[in-house]
Amino acid sequence: MKSWLKDESQTRSTFIWRDLVCFYRVQMASSFARILSSKRKVGILSLVGAGSLTVGFFLNREQHVNAGAHVRRIYPASAEYPDLRKHNNCMASHLTPAVYAKLCDKTTPNGYTLDLAIQTGVDNPGHPFIKTVGMVAGDEESYEVFADIFNSVIKERHNGYDPCNMKHPTDLDSSKIRGGQFDVKYVLSSRVRTGRSIRGLSLPPACTRAERREVERVVIDALAGLKGDLAGKYYSLTLMNEQEQQQLIDDHFLFDKPVSPLLTCAGMARDWPDARGIWHNNEKTFLVWVNEEDHTRVISMEKGGNMKRVFERFCKGLQEVERLIQEKGWEFMWNEHLGYILTCPSNLGTGLRAGVHVTLPRLSKDPRFPKILDNLRLQKRGTGGVDTAAVGNTFDISNLDRLGQSEVQLVQTVIDGVNYLIECEKKLERGQDIKIPAPISQFK
Amino acid sequence: LNLKMNFTAEQEYPDLSQHSNHMAKVLTLEMYANLRDKQTSSGFTVDDVIQTGVDNPGHPFIMTVGCVAGDEETYEVFKDLLDPIIEDRHGGYKPTDKHKTDLNPDNLQGGDDLDPNYVLSSRVRTGRSIRGFCLPPHCSRGERRAIEGLSVEALGVLDGDLKGKYYALKDMTEEEQQQLIDDHFLFDKPVSPLLLASGMARDWPDGRGIWHNDNKTFLVWVNEEDHLRVISMQKGGNMKEVFNRFCTGLTKIEELFKEKGHEFMWNEHLGYVLTCPSNLGTGLRGGVHVKLPNLSKHEKFGEVLKRLRLQKRGTGGVDTAAVGGVFDISNADRLGFSEVELVQMVVDGVKLLIEMEKRLEAGQSINDLMPEQK
Repeated sequence: MKSWLKDESQTRSTFIWRDLVCFYRVQMASSFARILSSKRKVGILSLVGAGSLTVGFFLNREQHVNAGAHVRRIYPASAEYPDLRKHNNCMASHLTPAVYAKLCDKTTPNGYTLDLAIQTGVDNPGHPFIKTVGMVAGDEESYEVFADIFNSVIKERHNGYDPCNMKHPTDLDSSKIRGGQFDVKYVLSSRVRTGRSIRGLSLPPACTRAERREVERVVIDALAGLKGDLAGKYYSLTLMNEQEQQQLIDDHFLFDKPVSPLLTCAGMARDWPDARGIWHNNEKTFLVWVNEEDHTRVISMEKGGNMKRVFERFCKGLQEVERLIQEKGWEFMWNEHLGYILTCPSNLGTGLRAGVHVTLPRLSKDPRFPKILDNLRLQKRGTGGVDTAAVGNTFDISNLDRLGQSEVQLVQTVIDGVNYLIECEKKLERGQDIKIPAPISQFK
Repeated sequence: LNLKMNFTAEQEYPDLSQHSNHMAKVLTLEMYANLRDKQTSSGFTVDDVIQTGVDNPGHPFIMTVGCVAGDEETYEVFKDLLDPIIEDRHGGYKPTDKHKTDLNPDNLQGGDDLDPNYVLSSRVRTGRSIRGFCLPPHCSRGERRAIEGLSVEALGVLDGDLKGKYYALKDMTEEEQQQLIDDHFLFDKPVSPLLLASGMARDWPDGRGIWHNDNKTFLVWVNEEDHLRVISMQKGGNMKEVFNRFCTGLTKIEELFKEKGHEFMWNEHLGYVLTCPSNLGTGLRGGVHVKLPNLSKHEKFGEVLKRLRLQKRGTGGVDTAAVGGVFDISNADRLGFSEVELVQMVVDGVKLLIEMEKRLEAGQSINDLMPEQK
C-alpha cells in the first residue's frame, strides 16, 4: 500500500481514496468479528462465577499458526466483564453485562476495542463525590461502533442530550456576541479553550507514533500560515532548549507529561514527549497544544475583561486554521450529532470552556453562591484549573455545558452570567440584597 | 497491525536519542523495520514489546531492560531484538547456550549455619508462568482470572508445612490487609513507570492476590509482575532450610498444575520464561539481610561482591538504600547457572563476607581473604 500520507500536498482526491480504505477496513473488521463470534459458539471456555473456577481448554488453530504455538484463548464475555462493583463513573453506570457482551467483539476499522475504550474507567474507580466519565475514544469511529455505551454516557454527562435524535449547533460567528467587556476591578483575565481533532488519524489513546507525528506535521504546517496578530512559533517538547522551556513555564504555557492516572491509563502519554509541542502567537494571546490529551487544544486568552475580543480571536484563529488544513486536504472531525469529536466524551460538541478569573469576595461567601452558579449554568474552579482550590477570593468561573449549544450561545451564557455575578457582588458591596436568578434552559 | 503498515518504518521508529536502556542500545531502524510486521499468535507486536523502554529513557548509571514479553512466543518471534538484549544483560549468554535447571535441594552444600549474629533473615524468590496464557503486560481479564483460579486451586492442595490460605486483593478485609502489611507480605499496585508503561497494572486489583502458608515461610504473589512469584523466607541464617522449602514447594506446585493439564513456561535455552528478560533462566534471587557495617565501608567491598557474583541492595529491596549497615546481599545472575549453583554462590559468598566483617571488627586485614573472580 503506497504511503500516500507521506505526500506533502494533499488533494481532494485523497478523500475519496481514504473513504475507500475506510470502507474496506470496515468490511474486514466486520468479517473478523463474525469469525470471532462463530468460534465462540464452538468453543467451550467456561468460567463459572468468581468463587469456583473451572477452566475448559479450547484451541482452534488458525492455519498460519505454527505447530506448538498457542492461539490466544478466547473467553466468553461474562469471563471478561470487568468488576465494577466499587466503581463510580459514567462508564460503570451504564456498561451492563449485556452491553459489554454486545460490544466486546467489535473493533473500529483501526482495531480499537471496547476494552481499550473502557480501560481508564476500569483502572480508576472514581470518587463518590466526583463522577468521572470513565471511557475514551481511540478514533472517530469509536463513537459509532460503541454507540450503545457512548450514547448512554453522553446522555448522562451532557444532561440528557440524546445523540440519536438531537443535533448539535456549531456557531463561530463572534459578531453575534452582545457585551462581553467586564469590569477589570473584578475580572482579572479571560480565556476560551477548545480542542480539534484531525479527521483520518487516530486519537491520542490509540494513535501510533507515525500518526502522532503526522498530526504534529499537519497542525504546525497550518499554524505556520497564520498572519498578523496570529503569527507565531512552534516549540517542540523534544527540541525545546532550557531558556525556551523556562519562558514557557513563566508564561504559564508549558504543559507537562500527564500524571493523572485518568489520562495515563488511557494510553495517551505513550512515547512522551515525541511529537508533542506548544505553539503560540508572538503576542501570547493565542496558544495551541499539540498531542496532549487531544490532537490540538486551542486557547485564546488575555489579561483583563475583554471576553468579546478573546472570543473574536478564538473564532478567527480556529477558522483560519481550519481553512489552512483544508487547503492541504485535511479536515476536523465533526458531525451534526456530536459536533467536534474529541478524545473524552465530556468534550464533545463545542469542546468549549469559556471562563474568567474573577474576584468575588462577598458573593463567594454567600450561601446562595452555588445555587446562583447552578442556575446560570456556570461552574467554579480554583485558579489552577480543574481539581484545584480557589486562592483568596478569586475563582475560575466557566460554562458547565459543552454539547447541545453552540459556541456563541455558551460564551454569551458566560458573559451574561459573569455580569450577573458582578452585579451581585456590587449589590452586596452596597449592602443590598441579591436574588437567585431563574434557571436558564439547557438546550436552546 | 494494518494501520501501522500505512506508514514507513522510519515514520514509526521511536526516537531513542535520549535513551539509555538495553532496548535502545540494540533496536536499530533496520531491526525495527524487520520486526514491525510481525506479531505473536495473541497479537503482541514489537511496539508492545518496547513501549516501556520508549516511555522510560532510563539512566546512564542504571541500565534497565526496556522490553517485556506479552506471551511465551514473544521470545521466539522477536528473538532478533531479545537475544542481543539477553546476551548483554546476562553476561554474554549466547542464543545457542543451554540453561540448566536444578531444583534438588540436596545438591546444596552447607548453608544451614550462616552466623545469626550477622544474618538477620534468608530468602529465595523466583517466578513462574503458566504455559498457554498471555503474560501480565498483555493478558485479558478473563485470562488473568483463569490464572488466579488455577493457582488458587493448586495452592489449595498443599499440606503439611506448606498448608496455607489465599487473600484476593479485592476481597481482603481491613484486618487481613493490616496483618499482611505487618508481615511485610502485601504488595500494592505498581507505581514504577517501568511497570505501568508495559500495561501490567491494568484492571487492578482484579485477579491479584497473595497466598501464604500458615507458618508464614512460603508466599506466592498472583498476577503482579508475573503470573506467580514464589518466595521462601525465614528469620535467621538457615538458607538450606529456606531453599529446601523453596524447591519442595515449587516442585509440588508444578506437579499440581500438571495434574490439571498445565505446565510452566520453560525451554532448555531460556529456562523459565517470565515477563521481564532480566528474570529468565532461574528467575531466582536468593539473598540474606546481613549486618556488614565495617565491610560495607571498606574500599574493596564493591570489588569483593563483583568477584563473588553478588549484588547489594538496601533492605527495602531493589532501588532502596541500606539502613544501619544492614544490606540485602543476593546473587547477581539469573540465567546460565542453575538454582543450586546460584544459592551455593550466595551461601559461600555470604560466609566469606561475614568472615571479612569479623576480621575488620578485630582490626585485622582482609587482603588474604580476597576471592578469585567466579
